Amino acid sequence: MSEILVLVEHVDGEVKKVTLELLTLARSLGSPSAVWAGPGYTPEAKARLAEYGAEKIYVADAEEITGYVVAPKAELLAKLVGEASPGAVLIASTPEGKEVAGRLAIKTDSGVITDAVGVGEGFVAEQSIFGGGVNVKSRVTKGTPIIAVRPNSTAPEPAPAAGAEERVAVELSDAARGARIVERVKQEKGARPELTEAAIVVAGGRGVGSAENFALIERLADSLGAAVGASRAATDAQWYPHQFQIGQTGKTVSPQLYIAVGISGAIQHRAGMQTAKTIMAINKDPEAPIFELADFGVVGDLFKVVPQLVDEIEKRK
Amino acid sequence: MNIVVCVKQVPDTATERKLRPEDKTLDRDAADGVLNELDEYAVEEALRLKEAHGGEVTVLTMGPQKATETIRKALAMGADKAVHLVDDALHGSDTLSTSYALAKVLGTTGFDLVILGSESTDARMGVLAAMLAERLGVPQLTLARKVEVNGSSITIERLTDYGYDRVEGTLPAVVSVVEKINTPRYPSFKGIMAAKKKPVQTLSIADAGIDAGQVGLGAAWSEVAEFAVAPPRAAGTIVTDEGDGGVKAAEFLASKKFI
Repeated sequence: MSEILVLVEHVDGEVKKVTLELLTLARSLGSPSAVWAGPGYTPEAKARLAEYGAEKIYVADAEEITGYVVAPKAELLAKLVGEASPGAVLIASTPEGKEVAGRLAIKTDSGVITDAVGVGEGFVAEQSIFGGGVNVKSRVTKGTPIIAVRPNSTAPEPAPAAGAEERVAVELSDAARGARIVERVKQEKGARPELTEAAIVVAGGRGVGSAENFALIERLADSLGAAVGASRAATDAQWYPHQFQIGQTGKTVSPQLYIAVGISGAIQHRAGMQTAKTIMAINKDPEAPIFELADFGVVGDLFKVVPQLVDEIEKRK
Repeated sequence: MNIVVCVKQVPDTATERKLRPEDKTLDRDAADGVLNELDEYAVEEALRLKEAHGGEVTVLTMGPQKATETIRKALAMGADKAVHLVDDALHGSDTLSTSYALAKVLGTTGFDLVILGSESTDARMGVLAAMLAERLGVPQLTLARKVEVNGSSITIERLTDYGYDRVEGTLPAVVSVVEKINTPRYPSFKGIMAAKKKPVQTLSIADAGIDAGQVGLGAAWSEVAEFAVAPPRAAGTIVTDEGDGGVKAAEFLASKKFI
């Protein structure tokens, strides 16, 4: 069975959920090897990766790997691709993950596929394009398949493996040191999960009506342990910060459950959420296109429906 | 400062977009072509940097003949001149080919700064700026929500999951910008008229020294094996709130084990 490299996403030493998903997916394709880049590697992290099926863990935890934008991670992976000749490389399809994939593709003269929502036999990747209007199956035809997979594409399942550790030393090129990170600014996001990784997303749109009213969207999100998103209409009106915008020109989410509140569901919005597994919509306009996508929809006043929904969720806890 | 803005003509996101059954590439005739929305922010940022630091803004695009409409829009916004890489041999090029071809052209135009939108609204890969930085061997200052140039040094705020990173580099460099970094200007009537007289250089792959074996559908590093119009989602249950809409919504969530 060929080795499948999985680039580990981690924050403050903690392995992110998407990595557990990719390890689970990698098990169906070959023998998973986790690749740890940057400081923060701990026995707990190692245990976590092994628990989810990493046969091998390559560790390059030098500070400088994450001290520069993207290029060092691509150099590390290129070195491993050269040495281990893996069957494929899986990377989280986040904005940064895709950039790593792109640089790696050039370094290894390999094809790259992004935004995969599934990977099957022969490393055939499934994608949903044009705002969810077309389903595509594609594959890399030259070099090592480099596939960026969207968070929430696979349900993570533990399957303990050896987790044999192998230290990797990387001599960074001057070119990789071109864009130096001088400060990391962490903006308060409270206890909510990250938008692109969250299993549940609650998003508000034009119907929410004001910045103050977004508190209602946040209440619903918090009752479900969800992330909060917003449509472009809401971020254009500055009711909610732009970084939470979901859609064609904003973030793409692919959660287990997406709740659209006061969002009509224009095609540009659907492009950012259409691969959600279950979709619920609350909107006062019965003609809103979002209802065409919804597994469950409530036509009604969100200011009546949402508080009642929150009360009911709290009651059932 | 010699600033090159890479722009792409894409199908209007408000229209139905298709792949061509015969070769599984984007059907560019099926929809109106417009300037990729995220590239408008790139053009605007280039113009602002020129206004602050002097220099020249060149628009660079690779695409079929009709992409000249998109070039004119960027020129009408205020760019000084344009280079249009157009050749039938480029049809079906993937991102590896595109980055190779654009890097070749940039090698001849020269640049202090290359600016791109963070992604195109058609392919949405978001890899081109990183690939150009890799090919050109210059700093990658991408996903910028703020750009500052001071002499030969450049600092950006790079959007991250948790906020942003402050990133420093030295020119020449490749920058990509995210939505809302600025408010793109509308072309004025004067700008539209002036754009008609601005120079647009047309290059074939031979003119740019591009190896025909590295571009086009035949050279692609990946392929679309098959595609199908997405089946409509199974019709859901839609209820009208009669005072119990929230309760019914909760019952649905419970039935799916979300609560």
